[in-house]
Amino acid sequence: MRFELTDDQQAIQRTAKEFLASRYPAEEVRRLALEDDRGFTDEQWRAVAELGWPALVVPEDDGGLGLGVVELAVLQEQLGYALAPTPLLSTISAALVITAAGDDAQRAEWLPGLAEGERRGTIAQLPPAGGLEGGDAADGALTATLEAVPDAADADLIVVPTGHARLAVVDMSAAGVTVEPVDGLDPTRRLSTVTLDGAPSTTLAAPDGVALARARDVIAVAVAAESVGVAQRAMEMAVEHARDRKQFGRPIGVFQAVSHPCAQMLLEVEGARSAVMFAAWALDDSPDEAPLAAAMAKAYASDAGRRVPAAALQVLGGIGFTWEHDLHFWLKRGRANAAVWGDARSHRARVADLLEL
Amino acid sequence: MDLTPTPQEQEFRDQLRAWLADNHPGPEPEGDVAGFEFRRAWQRRLHDDDWAGVSWPKEYGGRGATLVEQAIYNEELARAQAPSTANVLGLAMGGPTVIAHGSEDQKRRYLEPILSADEIWCQGFSEPEAGSDLASLKTRAVRDGDAWVVTGQKVWTTLAHHAKWCMLVARTDQDAPRHKGLTYFLMDMDQDAVQVRPLRQITGEAEFNELFIEEARIPHENIVGGEGNGWNVAITTLMHERATLAFGLQIRVKITLGELLAEARESGAAEDPIIRDRLAQLYIESEVLRLNALRGLSSIMRTGVPGPEGSLGKWQWADVNQALTELAVDLRGPRAVLDDDRWTYRYLRARANSIEGGTTEILKNIVAERVLGLPRMR
Repeated sequence: MRFELTDDQQAIQRTAKEFLASRYPAEEVRRLALEDDRGFTDEQWRAVAELGWPALVVPEDDGGLGLGVVELAVLQEQLGYALAPTPLLSTISAALVITAAGDDAQRAEWLPGLAEGERRGTIAQLPPAGGLEGGDAADGALTATLEAVPDAADADLIVVPTGHARLAVVDMSAAGVTVEPVDGLDPTRRLSTVTLDGAPSTTLAAPDGVALARARDVIAVAVAAESVGVAQRAMEMAVEHARDRKQFGRPIGVFQAVSHPCAQMLLEVEGARSAVMFAAWALDDSPDEAPLAAAMAKAYASDAGRRVPAAALQVLGGIGFTWEHDLHFWLKRGRANAAVWGDARSHRARVADLLEL
Repeated sequence: MDLTPTPQEQEFRDQLRAWLADNHPGPEPEGDVAGFEFRRAWQRRLHDDDWAGVSWPKEYGGRGATLVEQAIYNEELARAQAPSTANVLGLAMGGPTVIAHGSEDQKRRYLEPILSADEIWCQGFSEPEAGSDLASLKTRAVRDGDAWVVTGQKVWTTLAHHAKWCMLVARTDQDAPRHKGLTYFLMDMDQDAVQVRPLRQITGEAEFNELFIEEARIPHENIVGGEGNGWNVAITTLMHERATLAFGLQIRVKITLGELLAEARESGAAEDPIIRDRLAQLYIESEVLRLNALRGLSSIMRTGVPGPEGSLGKWQWADVNQALTELAVDLRGPRAVLDDDRWTYRYLRARANSIEGGTTEILKNIVAERVLGLPRMR
């Protein structure tokens, strides 16, 4: 029994941490979030692709690296820590679902390009507002309004749930597809409304309920891992401030009204990290435990990812409420992550179901 | 990451599970004296087959188990609903402290009778005016030839009425800085100068005692870890208390939660969406407690010291156990006014969880100062 990263996993962690720290300092995160049209540059995407990150969990037979969910979680935590704006998770999510539901020809068509980073993908995370038309027939012409689609602005393909565990892939450059950027809570992950108006689609031909449920759990755990990194960074900002800021002639960290909330942050960060690492391991190596573990991880990390930055803001006081301070970017990501791929309450309901309560 | 047991760990578990199946003594009898003698007999049975001091080195009668095996040991005993041992504090705290700081003579003298439960141990740390601020303790020891003469008062001394030895921290140097003037003694409880008075708690029982010490004599050779080094030795004892005992406690939380889940299923209470949400949250927190403990073990095995998650266990356990017993009382609705002699008791007993063995506030201070590196309050 060894509940810690292997040497290889630690190497991935180290590489990610160093790369992200050098390429995505807070000023760059801010610039991308507030000034860049797409929220990332082609050069940045190429660098991410060269590291093999889009290929990480794509099976080797499909042109990927075939690594596990633990490796993905390690990477995601670092991405949350740096808050690097990148369409990586959206692309990985699309690839995960195509892997779970595509037939051989479909996997061969899309996965190598996604793994190489030549193409970017995304996935609709909310049910279509006002329903969806054209999902009944295979490869139907789809009509739907898809809200809050992450990283859609420059994506090559989108995965759309068409009902009853069926999914379709839509080429974003096809006629009948329009993308309208919208303002979101979290400016580091761009959202758009994607409108399909009789858009041609390809139904994923080999949907497997178990594999799809697993893919959804992997995505949820990846988001949870990101929230661990978000919470870790927010905690570090709070602790640094509590050490440096002096009031009443002393650093405010000597006051227990400040230091005890910081200790509480550590409790939540470490708890979320344990839950996420366990879920990632279970998704790789212990499938029977995985659904419960994934639900626990997303529930706990959703709460930690939203609460820790909020508590950090309180420690920072007025400065933490300013646009100028960086904390709000992490606060917004933590809050947004808590809402997607199942919020804490819905995952707790799943935990209760799985415990047969 | 690999959470599957190694063949050696699996064998340890199988062996212990089989032994427990053959040797479990059944439910504990009612009453303080009968209950205590039952636990003493149970500990002797464990010791006969080298299952009493699993973490202790083999040369002192232990099993030299790895940390993971110790975790398995705690899990299996809890799962089998095995009784507690008689010499809880000797096994979990006194023995490990003597092993860490004691002389060779002390190890030969004290360790075996701890394992066999021939000599029961208690802990004389807290005083009426020195609780969380332990270093302010006032019990005094004055040198008199080959012995020390001790006068003072101790409180919250579990098992004092059964104990032969007391882990006593006393001030031996009035002039030294507060943390430096303390010495760790092993005091013989078998003398008229030591009076034990039971302390009745909110549950109605008396698990704890007050100790009145009036010129008790302790031979100089009963100092552990050297004169003036009492604070460091006491910290060792407290670390063992929080680490070893807490690991067993988190497993008991899971068993208690299992009972509550079963009752909530049976009564239909779990169908209420709010209750359902609270039960799920408790389950998640109890799992996080377990996972943090496992991560802590891996970290200690590699580096020799617990990782940051290791400081959190006792505090988090108290939170979870209090929330759990609170919910259990809630589930009884208006019938909660009746004493059901299980949840009522557990609810009341859990109030102490955030105080005993280091208050939650002190544990938060430790996390803030030693893990997060925040400036010290003092």
